[in-house]
Amino acid sequence: MPAEMPPDSASAKPSTLFEKIWNAHVIEQGSADDALLHVDQNFLHEGAFLAFAALRKEGRSVRRPKQHFAVADHYVPTLGREAGIAGITDPEVRGLIDLLEQNAAWGGIDYAGIDDPRQGIVHVIGPELGLTHPGMVITCGDSHTSTHGAFGAFAFGMGASQVKQVLATQCLWQRRPKLLRITIDGTLAPGLSGKDVILAVIAQIGAAGATGHVIEYAGSTIRSMSMENRLTVCNMSIEAGGRAGMICPDDTTFEYLHGRPFAPKQQHWDAAVAYWRTLKTDDGATFDREVKVDAGALVPMVTWGTSPGQGLPITGRVPDPATLSGDARRAVESALAYMGLKPGQAMDGLPVDRVFIGSCTNSRIDDIRAAAAVVRGRKAKIPAFVSPGSTQIKRQAEAEGLDRVFTEAGIEWRASGCSMCVGTNGDLLKPGERSASTSNRNFEGRQGRGARTHLVSPAMAAAAAVTGTLTDVRRLLAGAAA
Amino acid sequence: MQPFTTFTAVAAPLDITNVNTDMLIPARFLRKPRDERYGSYLFHDLRHDEDGRLRDSFVLNEEAYRDAKILVAGANFGCGSSRESAVYVLLDSGFRCIIAPSFGDIFFGNALQNGVLPIVLPEAECIELRAHLDANPGATITADLQSQTVTAGDGKVRRFALDPLRRERLLTGLDEIGLTLTRLPAIESFEQRYAAERPWLDR
Ligand code: SF4
Repeated sequence: MPAEMPPDSASAKPSTLFEKIWNAHVIEQGSADDALLHVDQNFLHEGAFLAFAALRKEGRSVRRPKQHFAVADHYVPTLGREAGIAGITDPEVRGLIDLLEQNAAWGGIDYAGIDDPRQGIVHVIGPELGLTHPGMVITCGDSHTSTHGAFGAFAFGMGASQVKQVLATQCLWQRRPKLLRITIDGTLAPGLSGKDVILAVIAQIGAAGATGHVIEYAGSTIRSMSMENRLTVCNMSIEAGGRAGMICPDDTTFEYLHGRPFAPKQQHWDAAVAYWRTLKTDDGATFDREVKVDAGALVPMVTWGTSPGQGLPITGRVPDPATLSGDARRAVESALAYMGLKPGQAMDGLPVDRVFIGSCTNSRIDDIRAAAAVVRGRKAKIPAFVSPGSTQIKRQAEAEGLDRVFTEAGIEWRASGCSMCVGTNGDLLKPGERSASTSNRNFEGRQGRGARTHLVSPAMAAAAAVTGTLTDVRRLLAGAAA
Repeated sequence: MQPFTTFTAVAAPLDITNVNTDMLIPARFLRKPRDERYGSYLFHDLRHDEDGRLRDSFVLNEEAYRDAKILVAGANFGCGSSRESAVYVLLDSGFRCIIAPSFGDIFFGNALQNGVLPIVLPEAECIELRAHLDANPGATITADLQSQTVTAGDGKVRRFALDPLRRERLLTGLDEIGLTLTRLPAIESFEQRYAAERPWLDR
């Protein structure tokens, strides 16, 4: 309700979305660069056990329980979920999920456990339940908290000490980041999605390209994207080193939120939207850095190495370290050795052992539809599975018959969780196995010791499943066009 | 939090850029309690081969660096996840200071929360320092937060910057929750005004 808000003293000066959110949350200015910020919404998953342990040891309590939400995602199995918590045989894994439930109960925090219909990956369910709003400061002890910035929020990950601080005080001392605007213009070719855009951005600016910055994504490509694809883009801001990623909210944002369980109630809806409409970057606002990307020229992307910045168009060839020197050469040499690739090797046609479609990057309904469109009428040549991002998405996909598209192709249809993105639930690759994966990190050992990960979009992952190799999905879509 | 003033120790040159948090502590150890074994998870998969044998090729396994408590690494150290465990494993094996051309933002903040000093020096100076440590295995480095300097046996004194507020908190080992709670009246009045302006947030 802007009419009732005190006039912003800086309103004469054009400001960015980030500045508007930051200024609205400053409780106290510590130094020129450092402020105490109010936190609207904090999310918790099993990893919060360290923060809770410290909090309880210090004899503190949760100051504002309603502004937290806890969900089990990192350790939940994706098979045998009918048995609920009793189906988990590993006592350590079960213990971590039990501990989250106990800590949430102790703190009076709403909790979605393994068999709760609201269960899913934390960065999928926040938006899905309507907990994520434009204009919020959102935190979670998880680096991919940047995902929520797709709604025009300032959302960032933090470690256990800061999780503890947010639980105890509902605020956080924050250093003001620099601002980077990435303007992405042009129409994406058929078969391309938000994943290709963000992989191309990271390949362009590097895995540390946005260090110390919050990224605002702007431009016609972003404006015409679905919320699901915007979430994918913001999700991987951290892979470019960004503190957070954000997109100005618009009608796409408001339509997505309307009617969700924790979205503003009907009597407040118009006031909320009126406020959210003020949350845009003004013409003439300035950024510390600007980068431009031509989306019209993009080709489906794939990573070849062990850093998310080591990405290529599927039509490309891996670099030759002989053309490089120093640290850059060493980095390429060691990535090629780990990945079992030769200098100059082509990406298209590289045999793959397994396909994983899931993670907070690419497990939403749009992603599952895009993968199903490629799989429909074909058979998988290699083991593959889909883990929808939430129990609700799983149900929706089943209602659309998408589960059968996968199972008829020989692709497993599993329950939701972080799964093979990080493998803490036991969904892992074997040493030396090569995957096409829709997740966000291709680090050495991320999907299992010695595992080799190629990051791709859901459509590209589906193409790999039905061909057994990294494949330019545009060929399959052209074949299916009739 | 343990305050940080000055620290002198054997420094190891770690010739890797983009040292990520999965390297610092593989995800399968995240479920482990922080007991006396915690420090042994540091760089576990770089340090050990698949059969659990120490790899000769990894710098911290070399005799001269067995007692190393400072690392001089490549750019973007600590990139990746927000796991504070990546700092705990360093701290629990004695590392109080990491020197690199740049750090992952979340790691940087987590280190400061635990009394571990992340020092940013220009790439050329990091390369120089690593060359010095390579040529003098087992050499020590002194990191001084008071004077904001790094001193190595090569005789050069290198200056580094740190935000004054963060420096102050690290020097005194300040408890942030304690500090924040002294602001409770300001926090509460902020919250009242904030909630009044945003009735839709009332659940
Ligand atoms: S899906 Fe992967 S990146 Fe996302 S929250 Fe889970 S482990 Fe982290």
